[in-house]
Amino acid sequence: MTLHDIYLLSPELSVAILAAVVITVDLMVRNKRILPIIAFVGLLVPLYFSIQLWDVGPKQAFSGTFQMDGFGLFFKYLVLGAAALVVLSSTEYAKRFGNHQGEYYALILFSATGMMLLASSTELITLYVALELTALPIAALAAFIRESRSAESGMKFLVLSAVSSAVLLYGMVLVYGFTGSSQLNEIGFQISKPGTDLSPALMLGIVLITAGFGFKIAAVPFQMWAPDVYEGAPTPVTGFLSVASKAAGFAVIIRVFYTAFEFDTLSIEWATMIAVLSALSMSVGNLIAIRQDNIKRMLAYSTVAQAGYLMVGLAAISTLPGGSDNAGPSGVLFYLAGYGMTNLTAFAVIIAVSNKTESDMIGTFAGLGRKSPFLASAMTLSMISLIGIPPTVGFMAKVYIFGAAMDTGLWWLVVIGVVNSAVSAYYYLRVVKVMYFSDIDESGPLRPGIGVASAAFLAMAGTFIFGIFPSPIIAIAHKAVTSILE
Amino acid sequence: MEGFNGLLSIAVFMPILAAAIIAIFFSGKAARGFAVGATFVELLITSYIFLIYRNNPDAHGMEDRFSNWIPIESFRVEYFLTVDGLSTPLVLLTGILGIVAVFASWNITFRIKEHFMWLLVLQGAVIGVFTAMDFFLFFLFWELELIPMFFLISIWGSGRKEYSAMKFLIFTILGSAFMLVGILALYFSTGTFDMTILPDKIAGADLILPASILFFLTIIGFAIKLPVFPFHTWLPDAHTDAPTAASVMLAGVLLKMGGYGMFRVSAAMFPDQLLDFSWLLALLGVINIIYGAAITIRQTDLKRLIAYSSVSHMGFVLLGLASAKGAAATLGMTGAALQMFTHGTITALLFLTVGYIYEKAHTRHIPDLSGLAGRMPFLATSLLIAGLASLGLPGTSGFVAEVTIFLGSFPAWHIFTIIATVGVVLTAAYILWMIQRTIFGPRPEHHNNLPDASLPEMVPVAILVVAIISVGIYPSVISEMFSTGLEPIITSVKALN
Repeated sequence: MTLHDIYLLSPELSVAILAAVVITVDLMVRNKRILPIIAFVGLLVPLYFSIQLWDVGPKQAFSGTFQMDGFGLFFKYLVLGAAALVVLSSTEYAKRFGNHQGEYYALILFSATGMMLLASSTELITLYVALELTALPIAALAAFIRESRSAESGMKFLVLSAVSSAVLLYGMVLVYGFTGSSQLNEIGFQISKPGTDLSPALMLGIVLITAGFGFKIAAVPFQMWAPDVYEGAPTPVTGFLSVASKAAGFAVIIRVFYTAFEFDTLSIEWATMIAVLSALSMSVGNLIAIRQDNIKRMLAYSTVAQAGYLMVGLAAISTLPGGSDNAGPSGVLFYLAGYGMTNLTAFAVIIAVSNKTESDMIGTFAGLGRKSPFLASAMTLSMISLIGIPPTVGFMAKVYIFGAAMDTGLWWLVVIGVVNSAVSAYYYLRVVKVMYFSDIDESGPLRPGIGVASAAFLAMAGTFIFGIFPSPIIAIAHKAVTSILE
Repeated sequence: MEGFNGLLSIAVFMPILAAAIIAIFFSGKAARGFAVGATFVELLITSYIFLIYRNNPDAHGMEDRFSNWIPIESFRVEYFLTVDGLSTPLVLLTGILGIVAVFASWNITFRIKEHFMWLLVLQGAVIGVFTAMDFFLFFLFWELELIPMFFLISIWGSGRKEYSAMKFLIFTILGSAFMLVGILALYFSTGTFDMTILPDKIAGADLILPASILFFLTIIGFAIKLPVFPFHTWLPDAHTDAPTAASVMLAGVLLKMGGYGMFRVSAAMFPDQLLDFSWLLALLGVINIIYGAAITIRQTDLKRLIAYSSVSHMGFVLLGLASAKGAAATLGMTGAALQMFTHGTITALLFLTVGYIYEKAHTRHIPDLSGLAGRMPFLATSLLIAGLASLGLPGTSGFVAEVTIFLGSFPAWHIFTIIATVGVVLTAAYILWMIQRTIFGPRPEHHNNLPDASLPEMVPVAILVVAIISVGIYPSVISEMFSTGLEPIITSVKALN
């Protein structure tokens, strides 16, 4: 370990330090309103470090267990952005945690540290540790409200997360046993050695790893935890879980599958598996979401479906004809960024509404179009973006990702994807319908707090602007992906 | 090739900008006034575009091209607007109907500001569809039009408005979903979204999917929009429950997007498949004409009646398209394009008049209406003119279009054309019957105090009547322009025949 290694790790370290600072300040001051401000402003430090590192180029650290590269940095920007927006939208919500606000913000930051580490780890054990660092704070956060549903949510997340980690670990062991290394590059090298026959044990290992990661991104058939956890957890945590945690999950999937398992014949095997899971996730998520009355539950199933769309890009691997431009994985990155803004817009609005109404039922949005035109239009834009209708980033990302799949010959998956988007319009627009067309609630205007309103505004502006000029994100995503796929 | 004339961009974005201005600065009656101003300027702009194109079809210079909109190597999207003989008349039509729609909603009292905002966004998006020549941009505008329409129907509609709005949206979005698959497949086969060079590129390209599958993937979106039997079921619901202004836009220009797409994409890019499947188009066209007309006769709701008559009239467009197979393809296709324009003006006038009658008499049920001519001479005359134009009376634009279509399709499809002429008889029957039962006959007591149209209500009627009659007397203004636009399509089709 050298000083330079520390420099490469500076974004993660500074987030962890920030978390410690937040806890310390929490002990010293009585006015808790300063905490989100410290957390939000403090996030500029890791952001500064990670922007500094962009031009440094791929560098390994800590004996090859950690690699600082464009790919990892892309996810650091994403996680930092998501954490900042979540902190901002928690400003008013967190008051209900009384004396525990410091811990609340600190846990979010610790989890963010894990996610950032996850995106850059290039070795199975480091990766596993980072994954646990991501999940444990979230389990605590999910149970943060003192009521049974929240406790159930935290418990469920903890138990199922542990089970999935065990599955993942077992898969990693099999892969290690077959290749003799826990370094991703080395694994890839061993597998692609000429004359290596791919044993069923290795395939089993890959399947188990897919299952473990499938849990993290809530893909069918590993989605069963999502609805209960999403519903019970404090709303900002749900937002964080649905955006940052999912992004980190995809980061690690791309890193592992594209570096360790990228061998031609092997990659086509797992790409087919992912394509099937993708079709299932889209269809199951969308169909069940139609029936939901609780907006957080609905968005839980919606994220299952969104994971399906994202996996379309994952299945469009580089080894297929037409995939050499890496449009599939860069599409995943672009989609994650767009989906992040879109979903955080929705969650900011839900937080603003539930701050007043203490309820998450879709019915409480009735008349929001009149009570708060700003929140209602933010929510509408977010729903339109989730369907994939212009002028939103969701539209651009969906077309881009489907285009990548088309280019690699996965036209059947694209057909399933577009039909699913059409179906999803039904339940996403139900929210819009309630906000604008039903006026049963005669209460006065709803004024959101400054924190949550600015979070909604920032996320909404991103959804709209990148829906018209998407090329900056696509360009960065493309650079990020090529930094690990030479 | 990088030109930026700017006129077309103004035509597309001026209404959208006006909507944004209304959102920020105006409300209530002021919003209405501003919308009138904006759509009037838009009418001037679209007329100007029309005149420029008419004076100089070969070097009109109206092209806005910005190649670096999304300059990603693997996904190159351009911002590219231009017009040709096919789109210019439809742009003008959208300009005319925009101001008509604003006047048509003169009397709304509920959420006035939002109503005019959505109308303006809708107008901008539709002009975008007609002028976009980059396939991706075309699709973007195609989807952009959904949300304004969804809001217009579900907030200001009547009856089962939310159901109808959702049905409209799901049908359309499902169609465009397949279209997207087709567009992407075309892009990755040819490497371009440029619709002006796509026809040539497709001919020599190694396509990802068989051309006939691509033909069906793209045409299904247009078929739902037009609408073609059996995808027409959204239309009567949407039309019946939509507010007048939305009906005017829906029947007047949104359906035309379907027909336009069939020419621009299905016919221009897949001439082989168009010929192979022209029997199907002719068959569906005849089903549309006859089935639509037969159902229309049974309707007792004025708006539903007009809605089904649209299904019937759009069948003529299909029949005209199917005439590609025969010797008189030029006539048939030009007739089909002309039919789109004339149906746009005529049906808009029908919906407008019926909307006013409903506003005053509070019913659209034909048996409850009778003898309106005595109390509402202006509206009765307007309904009469629109009705007669709709049934194709010589001297109105409907006549020219239908006769040309028949002349064009007969050489290719004897039987189908003969059956289709029955449709004309049915049309005459339901239109005359409708007119006779609503504006003539004894007037019930409670209708004795019905007011006639007020001045702001007369404006859009006058605009549309002028448009209908002038195209009827002098159809070549429009039809010649259409035929220059259709020339490349017809040449390629004739070469294959």
